[in-house]
Amino acid sequence: MSGRSSPSGRPLAPYLQVAPLAFIMLTMVGIPLVTVVMLSFWEFDGIAVYPAFTWANYAEVLSSPVTLTLFLATLKYAFLTLLATTLIGFTCSYFLVFHVRNLKVQIGLFLLCTIPFWTSNVIRMVSWIPFLGREGLFNSMLIKAGLIEQPLDILLYSDFAVVLTYIHLFTLFMIVPIFNSMAKINPNLIEAARDAGATPAQILWNVIIPLSKTGIALGSIFVVTLVMGDFFVVRVMSGGQSASVVSAMKNNIDQLYYPVASAMAVLLVTVVLLMVTAILRVVDIRAELAR
Amino acid sequence: MSSETALKSASHSVTRRDLLKSAAALTGAAVGSGVIGAPMIWAQNIKDVTLNQVGPSYSVIADITEKASADLGFKIVPQTSDTTQLMAKVVNQPETIDIADLEFWGLQKVYRSGNLQPVEVSKIKMWGDMTPLMRDGKNFDGSDMSRQGTLPVKVLYTESVDSVEFAAAPTGLATAMPTIYNADTLGIRPDLVGREISTWAELFNPEFKGKTALVNIPSIGIMDAAMALEARGDLKYGDKGNMTREEIDKTIDALIALKKGGQFRAFWSTFDESVNLMAAGEVVIQSMWSPAVTAVKSRNIPCVYQGLKEGYRGWGVGMSLMRHLDGLKLEAAYEYLNWYLTGWQGAFIARQGYYSSVPQTAIANLTENERGYWYEGKAATEDIKDPYGNIMDKAGAYRDGGSFEQRMGNIACWNAVMDEDRYMIQRWNEFVSS
Repeated sequence: MSGRSSPSGRPLAPYLQVAPLAFIMLTMVGIPLVTVVMLSFWEFDGIAVYPAFTWANYAEVLSSPVTLTLFLATLKYAFLTLLATTLIGFTCSYFLVFHVRNLKVQIGLFLLCTIPFWTSNVIRMVSWIPFLGREGLFNSMLIKAGLIEQPLDILLYSDFAVVLTYIHLFTLFMIVPIFNSMAKINPNLIEAARDAGATPAQILWNVIIPLSKTGIALGSIFVVTLVMGDFFVVRVMSGGQSASVVSAMKNNIDQLYYPVASAMAVLLVTVVLLMVTAILRVVDIRAELAR
Repeated sequence: MSSETALKSASHSVTRRDLLKSAAALTGAAVGSGVIGAPMIWAQNIKDVTLNQVGPSYSVIADITEKASADLGFKIVPQTSDTTQLMAKVVNQPETIDIADLEFWGLQKVYRSGNLQPVEVSKIKMWGDMTPLMRDGKNFDGSDMSRQGTLPVKVLYTESVDSVEFAAAPTGLATAMPTIYNADTLGIRPDLVGREISTWAELFNPEFKGKTALVNIPSIGIMDAAMALEARGDLKYGDKGNMTREEIDKTIDALIALKKGGQFRAFWSTFDESVNLMAAGEVVIQSMWSPAVTAVKSRNIPCVYQGLKEGYRGWGVGMSLMRHLDGLKLEAAYEYLNWYLTGWQGAFIARQGYYSSVPQTAIANLTENERGYWYEGKAATEDIKDPYGNIMDKAGAYRDGGSFEQRMGNIACWNAVMDEDRYMIQRWNEFVSS
């Protein structure tokens, strides 16, 4: 195949191979993104948008203290979720890889982790509501057990409920990549470390974590982007009492204020890109994957 | 008159005689004005006409369009869409809609897109019978209604076919044909509140701390909040439906303080959220819509749509014709608009708690018991059923808030979009994220 080339002498095959993906990326990602960027610079009068260049939309978004509050709130969710999903993801993967010796049991348990994902996101989210509510299962349990007298309001329609739901929804995105990179660790390395006198904690810290960081990084990218782009979970689980960047964007879109929403979207994309870049700076995923 | 015979052959029901007459008259008018050159073709083709009616779920109802399609002989396709989505469609994809059921505040916002054409008042036969509440903005006793917010008459008329401005006084061209309207108030759980509630101020009463909710549609939520703040005596508004920046600031600051103090349990965005909040006892007093109260009641949970002394927040929906409608389709649309006011639809939506723009035809299509309960504020003599036959109130019960006159006659402000809307949304986002 490598012998075939275009008349100019350059090989054609690689371009053909990349063409389908390039086409999809261009039409499904490129064009919409360019449209959003373009729209964020256009003028509008309340309902119609005019193709004239203006900074007004960015001025409005950047000068408003709400923007900072919104980004901080969203980043807080992202950070808390990342922390919890990494801990859970790492522990689960560690158990699956190093404690379950039988491959079949290992695969079986791994599949078990995916069972909650057989239903829709919405159902998994909404099912928390009757459980956590004021007259919900958990509160009545605590009251009957005599642990509390008044139902705990903080369980539902709160930041707690939002983060809990995120963790429930997104932990699998952490487990899978970490499991994958841990499974690649050569058991000889651990034996060698043990022979050299390393304590289990040292093995964990100096061998397993460094070798799993590709998985942690990949999982982090999934979790961070998912949380940053969400508005539905925040709206439902906080009972509308908290806002995320995207939920504020939706309020603008509902009132046809597309350019302001676009400016906000561009800002969000920039922030997420920076975060992903930072993660990639820490871990060279390409090099690690090629390993 | 060959067109009439052709139409008749396509007819299925006895009640079509009047419609046939009007159809023939319309044909005549069309021929006279030279719009349609060949009435025979029109008569045969009307069966092929399909009209897409798009609007919110409480206005565009499949049962109604089915009945209309059967009566009229052409097809009306219902499509539901929130007012916010519908506004976007009217502006950006006008060709996907033929008839838009817009709330008046939505109409206020999108009419100047130029994608709607005015309804010729002379072509609506019952325009003269329409309630002055909608048609002229006059109350039952002939006095002016509250002009706070988008009083329908403010956006109901336009000067010319090409104008995208609203006329100050009634003209022969309407931006929409008013259809349904109602008076909104707070919903309460009488069993959990345990005492009389008579003022909007109770929404912010510390007694119900952590047990209240507001609707998270900024333009409506802020008005409910304004009603409560004004009732508490904290603020006095020039126009709650069109606040100044200063008024918006004061309102949002007060709301942020209340939120930080834990007054609210939630801000709901959808109908079912409001129902579940109330039914689960998470909330005992909140912004609510009439059918949501009905939905809570139908679960055998007590819920009252409490009339309050400061009055109601009113809203209304009108049917608008899209600009691209012409010829046959436009005539069909007018036939449909005329059918809408003849009573079947009015009775149907009365059973959902809404009023019709021509109340007398709606009343004529209700039973005596229903008429007494829904319109006259009388005790039900037998069980009251919703449009689908489910029992929603028992014999002996009264409608919350009383009669048509008591409820619609006491509107304090109307759902609206403010001039400072953009600023308000920004501050509302701040409130929600605080």
